[in-house]
Amino acid sequence: MSNRKIIIEWALGVYEDLHFTAARETLSQNPNLKAVGFLPVYAPREVIVASSMLPVGIYGGGDQIEIIRGDAYYQSYICHLPRSVIELAQSDRLDFLSAVLFPSTCDVIRNLSGMWQVMYPDLYVRYLDLPHVRDPEVGGKFWERELRTLIDKLGEVSGHRASDDDLRAAIHLYNEVRWVIRELYRARSAEPWRLPTEELYLLLRAGEVVAPELFLDKARAYLEAIHEDSPPMKDRSRVIVVGTFCEQPPLGLIKTIERAGCWIVDDDLLIGNRMLTRDVQTQGDPVANLAEAFILHSEKTSVLYEPDPDGKKTLMAQRVRAAKADGIIFAAPSFCDPALLDRPMLRSGAEEAGIPCIAFKYAENTGQFQQFREQAGTFSDSIKLWGGS
Amino acid sequence: MATDSADSVVQKDRSMVLQKNMIAEHFKRLERAPESGEPVVYTFVPGNLTELIRSFDALPLLPEINALQSGMRGKSKDYIAEAERAGHSEDVCTYVKCDIGMLKSGNIGPTGTKLPKPDLLLLSYTGCYTFMKWFELLREEYDCPTVFLQIPYQGDGELEPEHRKYIVDQIEADLIPAMEKISGKKYDEDKLKHHLGLAAEAEDDLVAVLHSAKNRPSPIDSYFGGVYYVGPIFSAFRGTEEGVEYYRELRKEVEARVAAGLGPVTPDGSLDEQDYRLVVEGPPNWTSFREFWRMFSEEKAVVVASTYTKVGGTYDLGFRHDPSDPLGTMADYCGGCYTNLNMPSRIDMLVNYIKDYSADGFVINSVKSCNSFSAGQLMMLREVEKRTGVPGAFIESDLVDPRYFSAANIKNRLESYLQMIDARRQRTAS
Ligand code: SF4
Ligand code: SF4
Repeated sequence: MSNRKIIIEWALGVYEDLHFTAARETLSQNPNLKAVGFLPVYAPREVIVASSMLPVGIYGGGDQIEIIRGDAYYQSYICHLPRSVIELAQSDRLDFLSAVLFPSTCDVIRNLSGMWQVMYPDLYVRYLDLPHVRDPEVGGKFWERELRTLIDKLGEVSGHRASDDDLRAAIHLYNEVRWVIRELYRARSAEPWRLPTEELYLLLRAGEVVAPELFLDKARAYLEAIHEDSPPMKDRSRVIVVGTFCEQPPLGLIKTIERAGCWIVDDDLLIGNRMLTRDVQTQGDPVANLAEAFILHSEKTSVLYEPDPDGKKTLMAQRVRAAKADGIIFAAPSFCDPALLDRPMLRSGAEEAGIPCIAFKYAENTGQFQQFREQAGTFSDSIKLWGGS
Repeated sequence: MATDSADSVVQKDRSMVLQKNMIAEHFKRLERAPESGEPVVYTFVPGNLTELIRSFDALPLLPEINALQSGMRGKSKDYIAEAERAGHSEDVCTYVKCDIGMLKSGNIGPTGTKLPKPDLLLLSYTGCYTFMKWFELLREEYDCPTVFLQIPYQGDGELEPEHRKYIVDQIEADLIPAMEKISGKKYDEDKLKHHLGLAAEAEDDLVAVLHSAKNRPSPIDSYFGGVYYVGPIFSAFRGTEEGVEYYRELRKEVEARVAAGLGPVTPDGSLDEQDYRLVVEGPPNWTSFREFWRMFSEEKAVVVASTYTKVGGTYDLGFRHDPSDPLGTMADYCGGCYTNLNMPSRIDMLVNYIKDYSADGFVINSVKSCNSFSAGQLMMLREVEKRTGVPGAFIESDLVDPRYFSAANIKNRLESYLQMIDARRQRTAS
């Protein structure tokens, strides 16, 4: 088997393993290590690692878990992610976590933090209120104070309060991680047939639950391997997929989009892993540096306030230009407030710029892809016929 | 919260006439604003900073109130359809779509007057994610500044000192300069203190009204009637002389009802005989408000406490605006609004209401629109049942989308629930 295949097989194994065996093994090999779960979209992983803890992204159970208990917690008009997260927890699949962080992604995740406090009173639970105010003196200072509180609290849980040097080392490590992710995205955009999204996604998804050092090794090796036995070049339309930052589409949907004739050349999948768009400074006060990086250099996403009145209108055209894409697929989880409330603003901006768009909704456990195949196929054909943006 | 004239629903007390006139006058002033030059500030009910707005002689306008009024007046269905045609998802909050639909249909407000454009969008980001998108959407329609005021969530059950500081910092750094700019007036702390003092006065009277439901019979309905009672204080009139007068009058009327042993006035007259005392969690349905209320009153069920009437402030938990710390008290106010409280605090509130108001049961009205309220309510139901030993009822509807109000289902649900309460009573008695 080629290196590339070996790596993707490994990633697939990690992705499919809803018992989080890789993370559990890391813990058993390092008796002083504890694990911290975090929900989408963004949690400061540097702080977790510097506190001698393993960050573990919790993205629900996808299409691989039968919901037995989770539905008793949610009405039909709430998205699917929280019910499968509850299912994972209630079936003891998350019992290796010592703390769980709930970022301020939306009100569903916000309220889930309180449900966790009630259901698991012995676990450390923190709601992470990300700063929306982009003034370093106001929002930046607030986030810095929040990070310091988090450092104290995780220190209490792990027994190791992160020192400045620990934080600098973790920042350095995650600068590497983000670099390799950006490289992977750059390589995919340049030659998408060499780096199909179904593979890239699996690799990144594995990266959410294994130690960052292990992910780095695999990702670097994969970057080297993509030229070994890449699939033949195919003429397909180039699209960006927008709205998939929280509840993840099933792997089948990602495959369907590409096989229907659309290379995905940029996306919102797992966006928290590259939320900071530049390297964080390793000199000086590491907490202030982390706060400043978030305030000044984070991705534009539906979960954060957009201070620029034209920001929503122009964002899609910017992304399409940067990715040299032909069109946009707006793919949102059903009942997802952030993705669906943002969509009219983003879409009208895109259409005003002459960018072809289609839109659909999915759930993490969607099992039928025919409709998506047809939609994406027609979209790709029309782009080829009439031209993209 | 309804700031409707209410006369179509219940017979008139003096307080109702006062409220009707206050609102009519407010909307007239809003209509005249482009000529009078009074600046108009759009903002939200939770975390509204009415006293600060008034201290700059500006007028607040609350799109949520307009949306619920559109629901009560049968206009929301068309507005929502208009917004959905324009690309807004059927899955999201219907308040937003109702507002956008109203805007696209000429922006005529609840009293039939034209609504002015905002001079400022004050995005007080308190307890609801949708607020952020709502004003990002409105911002595309208006050429005016937006101030984003982030109110940290009480994830650990309290407003932490650094959160309070963050709010105060934002008010100083962003909001006050923006208000100075649109009004052309300097920030006047004494004037703000004056309005805050008036707010506290009205809050005292409102709390006395809410607490009156501890009496038997309860002189008020704390949900269906409650939404009228909180109308002025949750919207444009907290911190005003009219607000103080309204609450003084309301309190007098309620105290007179207590003295006379009377119940609240409902769509079917005075509910003096009360068989069930209930606590309600969640917003009401506005499109069939009267019918919904009747389902309770016909069964002689009175609501003695509700959480929805706390979205604009949790005064009954002790909070009062404090003129001696003007910016800090506004931060405390915002942080404490109901939807900014975490789940354990919400559960505590329901449990305490059931005990303090000697309730026989509790009903959760889960609305499709609102993740801020609805996500987690099924767990709340079980948790409150566990802690009180009182079974609860769970019904589903929507705020202003009539497609999601199924009268027969809700009525059945409520009737069987009340029968269950009867059966429990009989068991306890035997
Ligand atoms: S899918 Fe959307 S609504 Fe659901 S938890 Fe994620 S961000 Fe929130
Ligand atoms: S989501 Fe809920 S709290 Fe937010 S605007 Fe809609 S109804 Fe109000």
